Amino acid sequence: MANTMDKLTPTPGQTVGPFFGYALPFEKDNELAAPGRPGSIRLQGTVTDGAGAPIPDAILEIWQPNADGNIVAETGSLVRDGYTFTGWGRASTGNTGRYTFTTVNPGATRPGAAPFIAVVLFARGLTNRLFTRIYLPEDTAALAADPLLASLPEERRSTLLASREPDGGLRWDLRLQGDGETVFLEFDGARHAPAQGA
Amino acid sequence: MTSPRQNTQQEMSAEIQAIASTYRQSLAAGAAPLTQPSLDYAPYRSSILRHPTKNLHHTDPETIELASPAFGHQDVSPLEADLTIVHNGEPQGERIKVAGRVLDGDGRPVAGQLVEIWQANAAGRYIHKRDQHPAPIDPNFTGVGRCITGADGSYAFTTIKPGAYPWKNHINAWRPAHIHFSLFGSEFTQRIITQMYFPGDQLFPLDPIYQSIVDQDARDRLVATYNHELTSPEWSLGYNWDIVLTGPKRTWTETEALGEDGEHHG
Ligand SMILES: [Fe+2]
Repeated sequence: MANTMDKLTPTPGQTVGPFFGYALPFEKDNELAAPGRPGSIRLQGTVTDGAGAPIPDAILEIWQPNADGNIVAETGSLVRDGYTFTGWGRASTGNTGRYTFTTVNPGATRPGAAPFIAVVLFARGLTNRLFTRIYLPEDTAALAADPLLASLPEERRSTLLASREPDGGLRWDLRLQGDGETVFLEFDGARHAPAQGA
Repeated sequence: MTSPRQNTQQEMSAEIQAIASTYRQSLAAGAAPLTQPSLDYAPYRSSILRHPTKNLHHTDPETIELASPAFGHQDVSPLEADLTIVHNGEPQGERIKVAGRVLDGDGRPVAGQLVEIWQANAAGRYIHKRDQHPAPIDPNFTGVGRCITGADGSYAFTTIKPGAYPWKNHINAWRPAHIHFSLFGSEFTQRIITQMYFPGDQLFPLDPIYQSIVDQDARDRLVATYNHELTSPEWSLGYNWDIVLTGPKRTWTETEALGEDGEHHG
């Protein structure tokens, strides 16, 4: 009898290595929204290692709903036309470990949901990608009701919250290791309901 | 902390083998095989300060994480799949075709998604400005390619077989020849960057990056297969490599709900 739960084993990841800088970046890779357009904000921060030193060879990608909380399915991230919001961008850290995106505040995907930006991190010295989230700080009721945040102790929860800067931008630092280590995620997902008696 | 002097390959290999031996014992004691690299893998020295010390936090993916950015033919030209035609002349080295399919964990093709690759030239030199290896730059080879997968999840690149190259992890450290691959799935949770290797490389047991995947079966999944059917007479050698992404994580219920809302991004 065929086992309906059979599935393929995933291919392992590997480090992005040190030499992605001529391959992965592209023009306006970090501009999900054109700078200066109404509603566009800057999202920035520093990526640091276990010694607190900035990581100059990390690359972050973000993926988020638009300002209305809709998930878009627009192509054109690699050749940006300056007005289509694709929801996805990529930013490399420089010598100071700093990354910058221009984007919009993500909206709530359903009433009462805490808006967040999905993040994936790659770096030299990091053997596999890491997933995390950046939550907007404002909607405290939604943040308190968020299932992921609720499952974290207070001191770890704060690592997923961006802070709002006076110019309306977001600041979010990523610490790979040590004090204030960012929460990184492993996704479970219920997948398909197991077949009865399989 | 880092040692005051660099280790020899012999010392490095002993470290690698000690971790491999511990892993084999855990398997023998009934532990589940590890299918992904260890984040904490000290033989890869740069990982020492760059791995999280806390466990990854289990969570159910939500909304945006169950969708994926969209890429299309406006993003990528079909010419970007041929790394040998970027310049006016022919690059040096062994011309190869690398082809395969991108599948999800259920074996379904990942169609219309972005694949990015980058690699060293035939002499083991990257165009990257920080590559200090005193091997020649090839003016006819950059080593960057992209394509969009077909309806059956297929991809194909024409390129040059990359050379092995030295790095400074320990004394006489050399990376086995590899091509870096970056892949997207139909969900953000499937995003992965990895490396494809060539069969029979003698550097495999010596390389801390390859060995950061402690499970032999898992390591084998990164090694392409030589395929004479894919080899073109008088032209190029063929290698096959299929990639399986994690997941999907989306449940039937969520798929139905998204479908009702007209927001299904499968
Ligand atoms: Fe490499």
